[in-house]
Amino acid sequence: MTELTKLTLAAARDGLKAKNFTAVELANAHIAAMEKARGLNAFVTETPELALERAKLSDAKIAKGAGGAMEGLPIGMKDLFCTEGVPSTACSKILEGFVPPYESTVSANLKKAGAVVLGKTALDEFAMGSSNMTSAFGPVINPWKRKSDPAAQLVPGGSSGGSAAAVAARLVLAATGTDTGGSIRQPAAFCGLVGIKPTYGRCSRWGIIAFASSLDQAGPMTRTVRDAASMLGSMVGYDPKDSTSAQVAVPDFEAALSGDIRGLKVGIPREYRPDGLSDEISKLWEDGIAMLKAAGATPVDISLPHTKYALPTYYIVAPAECSSNLARYDGVRYGLRVEGKTLDEMYAKTRAAGFGKEVRRRILIGTYVLSAGYYDAYYIKAQKVRRLIADDFAKAFQSVDVILTPTAPSPAFGIGETDDNPVTMWLNDVFTIPTSLAGLPGLSLPTGLSSDGLPLGLQLIGRPFDEETVLKVADVMEKAAGFSAAPSGLEG
Amino acid sequence: MSLDKATVKNIANLARLEVRDDELEHLVGELSNILQFVEQLAEVNTDGVAPMTSVAHMELPRRADEVTDGNYPDKVLANAPECHDGFFLVPKVVE
Repeated sequence: MTELTKLTLAAARDGLKAKNFTAVELANAHIAAMEKARGLNAFVTETPELALERAKLSDAKIAKGAGGAMEGLPIGMKDLFCTEGVPSTACSKILEGFVPPYESTVSANLKKAGAVVLGKTALDEFAMGSSNMTSAFGPVINPWKRKSDPAAQLVPGGSSGGSAAAVAARLVLAATGTDTGGSIRQPAAFCGLVGIKPTYGRCSRWGIIAFASSLDQAGPMTRTVRDAASMLGSMVGYDPKDSTSAQVAVPDFEAALSGDIRGLKVGIPREYRPDGLSDEISKLWEDGIAMLKAAGATPVDISLPHTKYALPTYYIVAPAECSSNLARYDGVRYGLRVEGKTLDEMYAKTRAAGFGKEVRRRILIGTYVLSAGYYDAYYIKAQKVRRLIADDFAKAFQSVDVILTPTAPSPAFGIGETDDNPVTMWLNDVFTIPTSLAGLPGLSLPTGLSSDGLPLGLQLIGRPFDEETVLKVADVMEKAAGFSAAPSGLEG
Repeated sequence: MSLDKATVKNIANLARLEVRDDELEHLVGELSNILQFVEQLAEVNTDGVAPMTSVAHMELPRRADEVTDGNYPDKVLANAPECHDGFFLVPKVVE
């Protein structure tokens, strides 16, 4: 039965259709794996009973030749999606005990397509972090180990670290993530997975616990490009309940994987080669360029001149939006409440007890940059630079079809190996944040291993709503790279 | 920009976040460090650049002014730490 957990999403889908196994068998194999791997701390809430109920329904549908695109396929749901009747915590103490009376649009879409949700996966508190270490429920362990030091516990990246660890450890076939500045792509890179953040507006944000509303996007995290294309199709779509949801046609993303990228122009931005970029990452990137050339694409040297300002821009815009979004946690309507003598005292005590350090830091910065006297100097200035960053991409896409960069500056690091300076941690997202600010689709795929045996990822960036080209190129690179490594004990 | 303790205390109050006095010194350093980091934006020439409020190239959609949701007070109150008779309960605000 363990073999069922090693299938790709697409292979499991085909196996169910061919009646080689049942959805209940598939769910049971994954539930057993999930229970065995509790040491990874990938799940906040396990829902095996609900999963088996759903799997039975899927089997009934499949028996009749019916069922959706995700029918009977076990997945993990990031605990940032509100799920009706199932606790949704954002990995914050302030939401402990919160049980949403409604279902987010994306999770509803997946359920409608037949997906079997095994549980809610861990994340950095309110998706603010790049390591999963800011979760109120403890860090998540990356199933990958260093060759030189297999005992060291590594981070899975973040914020969608629980999803990444669960998919990499074969506890689920795929999982949902959300990405504000790299929260799908960086953990995908750290865990040897494919993760795509679609264009802003592709996935409805309704029912996703908000962090920075002008940046947040949901997307799939999977073990292959085909799986990502397939699952993405079941997540996206126009939703009138999200005012920024785009009214665009939903293509058949899987059909875009034609294998033919001849004549495609691939931008290689020179600003993504900062001083101090490791030789290992440089080589990974060079190898990726060579793969594209061999497949008939043409690398083009491009410039995105405002790249170095993306990180400071993000760390004004995102905290500003976060301070405003998180104002709702006041101890009145849901979640934690710490009593006080006055209403204001209750608010202040509740929020002090409920938010962790990183969230508090971002609320304070956000409040400051939005406060009278500083609004223009910080917030408006950042919004202006954001436009320049977006314009850089728009200009580049006049001459190229897709852009290739590294996903993260390093492989997964060890829990507790980072210093106390928050800015150092933020540097993890230096290559993913510009894409987020511009609202463009970005995908990370694993193309190699570090000298210490850890996965490394490359990022493909596309034009707005052109996920198809991104996926098509990723599919070609995946085949060329032949990345087949898995965490120790899970090979083959 | 380097912050001082009084400013951090004021920001914390605006954000309704209780901060203990013995945490202030650390926060002053941390937040000043972040502000210095983001202040490199000052070197970018943004004359004549319109602020970007959204990447979505669209007008805010409008809908008819009709009630489309509601009528389930029990669901609305289900997660409240304290409620009574269809209302959220908070500490007394008027003497």
